[in-house]
Amino acid sequence: MSTINLDAKIPPGPLATKWSNYRSQSKLVNPANKRKFNVIVVGSGLAGASAAATLGELGYNVDCFCFQDSPRRAHSIAAQGGINAAKNYQNDGDSVYRLFYDTIKGGDFRAREANVHRLAEVSTLIIDQCVAQGVPFAREYGGTLANRSFGGAQVSRTFYARGQTGQQLLLGAYSALNRQIDSGKVTMHTRTEMLDLVVVDGQARGIITRDLVTGKIERHAAHAVILATGGYGNIFYLSTNAVGCNVTATYRAYKRGALFANPCFTQIHPTCIPVAGEHQSKLTLMSESLRNDGRIWVPKKANDTRSPDTIPEDERDYYLERMYPSYGNLSPRDIASRAAKRVCDEGRGVGPEVAGVRRGVYLDFGDAIRRLGKDTIRQRYGNLFDMYKKITGEDPYTVPMRIYPAVHYTMGGLWVDYNLMSNIAGLHVLGEANFSDHGANRLGASALMQGLADGYFVIPYTLASYFAGTPLPKVGTDHAAFGEAERQVREQIIRLQAVNGNRSPDSFHRELGTLLWDNCGMGRNRAGLEKALKRIPELRDEFWKNVRVVGSADDFNQQLEKAGRVADFLEFAEVLCLDALTREESCGGHFREEYQTEEGEALRNDQDFCHASCWEYTGVGNRPNLHKESLAFENIKLAQRSYK
Amino acid sequence: MNLTLRVWRQSGKSGAGKLVTYPAKDVSADSSFLEMLDQVNQELVAKGEEPIAFDSDCREGICGTCSMVINGIPHGPQRGTTACQLHMRVFKDGDTITIEPFRATAFPVIKDLVVDRSAFDRIQQAGGYVSVNTGAAQDGNAVPIPKAEADVAFDAAACIGCGACVAACKNSSAMLFLSAKLAQFRHLPQGQPERVRRTVRMVEAADAEGFGNCTNFYECEAVCPKNIPAHFIAEMNVDYFRAALLSREFDDVNKGAEEEG
Repeated sequence: MSTINLDAKIPPGPLATKWSNYRSQSKLVNPANKRKFNVIVVGSGLAGASAAATLGELGYNVDCFCFQDSPRRAHSIAAQGGINAAKNYQNDGDSVYRLFYDTIKGGDFRAREANVHRLAEVSTLIIDQCVAQGVPFAREYGGTLANRSFGGAQVSRTFYARGQTGQQLLLGAYSALNRQIDSGKVTMHTRTEMLDLVVVDGQARGIITRDLVTGKIERHAAHAVILATGGYGNIFYLSTNAVGCNVTATYRAYKRGALFANPCFTQIHPTCIPVAGEHQSKLTLMSESLRNDGRIWVPKKANDTRSPDTIPEDERDYYLERMYPSYGNLSPRDIASRAAKRVCDEGRGVGPEVAGVRRGVYLDFGDAIRRLGKDTIRQRYGNLFDMYKKITGEDPYTVPMRIYPAVHYTMGGLWVDYNLMSNIAGLHVLGEANFSDHGANRLGASALMQGLADGYFVIPYTLASYFAGTPLPKVGTDHAAFGEAERQVREQIIRLQAVNGNRSPDSFHRELGTLLWDNCGMGRNRAGLEKALKRIPELRDEFWKNVRVVGSADDFNQQLEKAGRVADFLEFAEVLCLDALTREESCGGHFREEYQTEEGEALRNDQDFCHASCWEYTGVGNRPNLHKESLAFENIKLAQRSYK
Repeated sequence: MNLTLRVWRQSGKSGAGKLVTYPAKDVSADSSFLEMLDQVNQELVAKGEEPIAFDSDCREGICGTCSMVINGIPHGPQRGTTACQLHMRVFKDGDTITIEPFRATAFPVIKDLVVDRSAFDRIQQAGGYVSVNTGAAQDGNAVPIPKAEADVAFDAAACIGCGACVAACKNSSAMLFLSAKLAQFRHLPQGQPERVRRTVRMVEAADAEGFGNCTNFYECEAVCPKNIPAHFIAEMNVDYFRAALLSREFDDVNKGAEEEG
């Protein structure tokens, strides 16, 4: 086994002053020297766009890449509910410490204290920055910013812009990015996909890309590479991710030596529109904010197919309010999701039968509409109600919504230290693509916070510290490492086209997704995971013998794009399942059925698993090496997570 | 449902395109329009034919990636709805559906239904921002903003940049898009310092991209999936007119343009 240094580089000193001390003491790059550094940013969502814009403002030369036709289309755009910040504008007892504590507890004590505290600290700056950019947050009549509450918190600290907060924050970051493009400090490469990372003498020095319009393979060199390429939830085929979301950038960095941490920490979001049938290409989230006013219930009796308005109050089970009286419908996502699965497994689900089971629970606004009026509800959630109606054909103002959990977010990602740098020098990883802040479960409205924290307020400091303290010899795209990486990228494309079999890339993706959802989804057990680990290599072999990629590689070819992404999912799936198999405890989104309390809650094993599991690539089909970063909790006491 | 599709196929920017007929068989009324196309594409791939290229990403009506003209209407017949949110229950069994790309000089076809809308990005790069560096912001509550104004700014900011407004306009005008972007900043205190310069630069950028002028038919408003109101265009015209009369920036921008070109 190779020796890998998993030093998290957490600054010394008390938790509350670590970040301010770091900023006071870290090395700087003087303004005249910044323009001598080139930085590659892959991804243009909240993390990527905010990083590219801010680094451009500081004077670095930035090249930013996205596979979409415009940076504004990155999937951050679809986030609905809000962004957390410890502003305490509501005077309801919020503080940096409380946001820090809620996030650590929400993550089931599997995140690093120092990173999470820094996140809570900078959260307040994010809101100020976004307001200054012209983000139209919701406001009170007096002109101040409005807040609402979200799952896993007892304070109202969530800032929002109707049900389109991600869109408005991304447009803010996109506008800052545009300003830097206008000024010439950022060069934007749209419809361009990263296909490999180039590492020279242990340092990340560039990437290989494919122009998705012309098919041209290109080399790009830089002094540092930042990946902000999002999560891998689409490995399940059906998820709330955009159809283009993929693991390729982070997975190919993993193949170049970056460690992948906690891949089994995947989040299943409780409030999505249930699967309607075979045709489905994605699942649609209904914002968690709906749980502020909607009440979740199922009939008390199994197989009760009466229409919801005819089921009397005393025959309804408001199961979250019953089981978790103090958080009720605002229980954290993992807990609410598992509770929904349980009542449906008991035969108490509602809606149409799909594959023999009714998988849906009601999210009912009847009480809220009677209490607040239809207009208030429309103001708060109008766009979500409209979206629900378009998809299902049902009107949630009169019929309760039907919801069911779906894959939504991945807490796992590339391992990074306090500087957001991976174990490969110069390779930094931001936002959902890294593993750092959410532990085993992310709280609602925290993804937007982390993406913007990393991009606006963390990487500008830590990258300067890297540049100032690291000798970076001159490396151009003519270096042999670029040639070798390009050769491998071309070879894979040729191999994909040469198979010329009978099945589309999509059909393999669908089969892999079903396998993972059944065996590595909301509930996991040894037998299921072992079954998946046996089946994945078989499916991968079949892919390489029988996939059919039509069209040319020198052209706009969506089949080829998809095939490359599915090929990576088919390798990465093994790492995901292996991680789930070896983590013999339940925590957050990772629920091993063998490890639960008598009430069916997650049973952690702090003795053996209070660590991040970091996987090192050893070749396709080979068991990766496991490295552990143990988590030290110096400021909070590990406790069983209770929301009762 | 069984349907007949007539789909625009075009190999590239310069290739000649044509409408090709395909059957769409056993389509679920619950599937979205794009899922129906996915299904047709799976059949084409099975036959070894190139699938129909079309853009999509979030498939929940917010990213603005999907872009196609369905039976002559950008995003199809349902008001306030993107193609990805259009569901097949809107159509009848046996219908023939014609699908074409968004057409405009400033949106060249890349392949089939995929067009290049980077002109929209370039318009925004010409001033669609508030010039504030990261870290230079005051407290978020320091400047109260009346709820009514914040709501108008939001209504404008809801634009998803899909380009349907351009595709619907006989002049290929981008003025609904442009005016929505300007209105967001126009209605917020943060947007005031650069208001004139932003208006002038963005309008000039749109002209340079080859988008036409508005002649008040409001086809744009009718097809906008986010129901952006056309009165933002009037607001923009007022600002542009004021700039023309009063502003030195207008002269500067014009002078710059003359010197460059």
